[in-house]
Amino acid sequence: MAVTTYSGAEQYNFDIVKKFAVMSLVWAVIGMFVGVYIASELAWPFLNFDSPYFSFGRFRPVHTTSVIFGFGGSALFATSYYVVQRTCQTRLISDGMASFTFWGWMAIIVLADISYVLGYTQSREYAEMEWPIDILIEVVWVTYLILFVGTIMRRKQPHIYVANWFYLAFILATALLHTFNNLAMPVDLFSMKSYSLFAGTQDAMTQWWYGHNAVGFFLTAAFLGMMYYFVPKQAGRPIYSYRLSIVHFWALGFMYMWVGAHHLHWTALPDWTSSLAAAFSILLLMPSWGGMINGIMTLSGAWDKLRTDPIMRFMIVALSFYGMSTFEGPMMSLKEVNALSHYTDWTVGHVHSGALGWVAMISFGSLYHMIPKLWDTKMYSQKLIEWHFWLATIGIVLYIVAMWISGITQGLMWRSFDEFGNLQYSFAESVAAMMPFYAMRAIGGMFFFTGAVLMLFNSLMTIRQSKLENAVLEAKLAAKLARA
Amino acid sequence: MNFNFKHEWIETNIGLMAVLTMLAISVGGLVEIAPLFFIDKTIEKVEGVRPYTPLEQRGRDIYQREGCYLCHSQMIRPFRDEKLRYGHYSLAAESQYDHPFQWGSKRTGPDLARVGGKYSNEWQVQHLVAPRSMVPESVMPNYPWLLSTQLDISDTADRMKALRKVGVPYSLTQEEYKANVVKFGETVAPLLHIPDAQKNLLEQANFGNYDGDRSGVSEMDALVAYLQVLGTMVDFSKYDDDAFVNDR
Repeated sequence: MAVTTYSGAEQYNFDIVKKFAVMSLVWAVIGMFVGVYIASELAWPFLNFDSPYFSFGRFRPVHTTSVIFGFGGSALFATSYYVVQRTCQTRLISDGMASFTFWGWMAIIVLADISYVLGYTQSREYAEMEWPIDILIEVVWVTYLILFVGTIMRRKQPHIYVANWFYLAFILATALLHTFNNLAMPVDLFSMKSYSLFAGTQDAMTQWWYGHNAVGFFLTAAFLGMMYYFVPKQAGRPIYSYRLSIVHFWALGFMYMWVGAHHLHWTALPDWTSSLAAAFSILLLMPSWGGMINGIMTLSGAWDKLRTDPIMRFMIVALSFYGMSTFEGPMMSLKEVNALSHYTDWTVGHVHSGALGWVAMISFGSLYHMIPKLWDTKMYSQKLIEWHFWLATIGIVLYIVAMWISGITQGLMWRSFDEFGNLQYSFAESVAAMMPFYAMRAIGGMFFFTGAVLMLFNSLMTIRQSKLENAVLEAKLAAKLARA
Repeated sequence: MNFNFKHEWIETNIGLMAVLTMLAISVGGLVEIAPLFFIDKTIEKVEGVRPYTPLEQRGRDIYQREGCYLCHSQMIRPFRDEKLRYGHYSLAAESQYDHPFQWGSKRTGPDLARVGGKYSNEWQVQHLVAPRSMVPESVMPNYPWLLSTQLDISDTADRMKALRKVGVPYSLTQEEYKANVVKFGETVAPLLHIPDAQKNLLEQANFGNYDGDRSGVSEMDALVAYLQVLGTMVDFSKYDDDAFVNDR
């Protein structure tokens, strides 16, 4: 066993995959803890403790950055490096570059989180990092692109496997979005503060073009790359339809970039732009569901695995949530629905059914598949995986149900009139009505967070167990040699 | 013609795949964003909108720093309930000097696009220090440090210079100043003159006395000055009800 690990380590750079995989779980625990904390602040505002550093406004980007870029980003680095090496049957072209992306990416998340708490933010959602951190991201990202494409160029197969297409689109799109959305003028070279190059309407459009495609490419296309490798692997069956994956890929990549303006319905953005975005949002349902069907149908003929294999269950639940939230999204982008849902908790619920249900669940499934392979052992505890699955699933359901109710309640309260044609509720009354649902949401988050803690523990114990097994093997080998 | 396209060509050529992917993902943004810079109707022609004074701009910086945009929108939609609750729907012109925009995406608290002048300075200060003392149902954090922290005014001019570089018509030269007199009138133009930035800031803070304490300029002074100007620049009584309908 020790011998195969050794040759594996020569053929592939698994060291970088291991690092990113572990840090992905560490960031999941940190980011989700902060998430539970800020959710609790909304239910019980004394938790802000009159401190600038923990107040909701400064802490919220710490949550989003840690989970999206820390947890999600690290999971993507880990799986993309794993998948590109396995499917191209070649080693990453440079260990130094790989290592640079790891330390660079970790530095970015740490610096970003610290800078938010100190009050440095561009106030662009999911792109809050100020300009020096943005430049660091640019450098790391270009290195990632070169490393990924370079490795594909060294492949031993003529075909580029479909998962790599999705990873490639994610890397290219993220570079494009990050560059244009962060164009800003620093106050001076030694100041963290900068002002966006664009103003008002154009700035809003650029930000939501970025914002929605951070969802579309960072949180969707890339995780579809994950799905296209790990679901067939875990199911032990080929992907359901190759043709469907081709259509899925091009349609998704083309259409996603049009839909950002549905975040700006009924605003001062010109009507033509948001109408166009709404039309494409509805069209987007088709490639999204095409992808979901492709993933779920891969399991056809092996449905029994759902009963026996908790990892498979993570993946299928992830795909189900993907299907659900990609139905909900187009619906919310209809102007009539959006008039009610926009500015409310419904949006927050929608994001989390995608982020927890799809992104986190497919990552958990993929990491549970990958971790034992990387360390050449079995997961420390199957039972803990089961526990994680149920905690996560119950947590998501609590979360999104709470947000549906509170969101729709808010929307309806704001627009209701009394018999004289006056507003029926003051804004403060709608805030008071949210309290039980904010508490319920925090509890849902707590369930999900606890699951992530179990996974981190289970993974660390797996790594420990692998080291023990190797030590025993080596001792046996040494004893044998000594006898001979 | 014997042209037989095979997707296999793309699947076996990473360069071709990267180029085609780049093309596919570039179209949407180009079609939706680029025209916004060229179509005149995007920003309505309306009187009264001016860049922020130095004190207001510093207040806006603090608004950004504290992440107010995460719970408060600044974008009123054209609905009857929003008109009753917040006032006339927001115009694109009203945020034309906002680098970055602060339209927001969530109303955990109410919209602030027209909060200027709705409450007294004293109310704003008390509400920021202890929101639940004014609105018992509120879940807003307390911001006591705004009152106890002196505003750092040392880089006020540098900040305005950076904003000028991205297109805000603050004046640095006499020519620019004169252009501002024509554009914004004689009372506003001096407030936008960068060489006088610090003086203007101190005068406005002292005259406005936003935090109720004339002994210095606190961050509270700046933030309240900003809140009090929000949505007040356009005088809607000068326009017909449907004056801006065709601009959408």
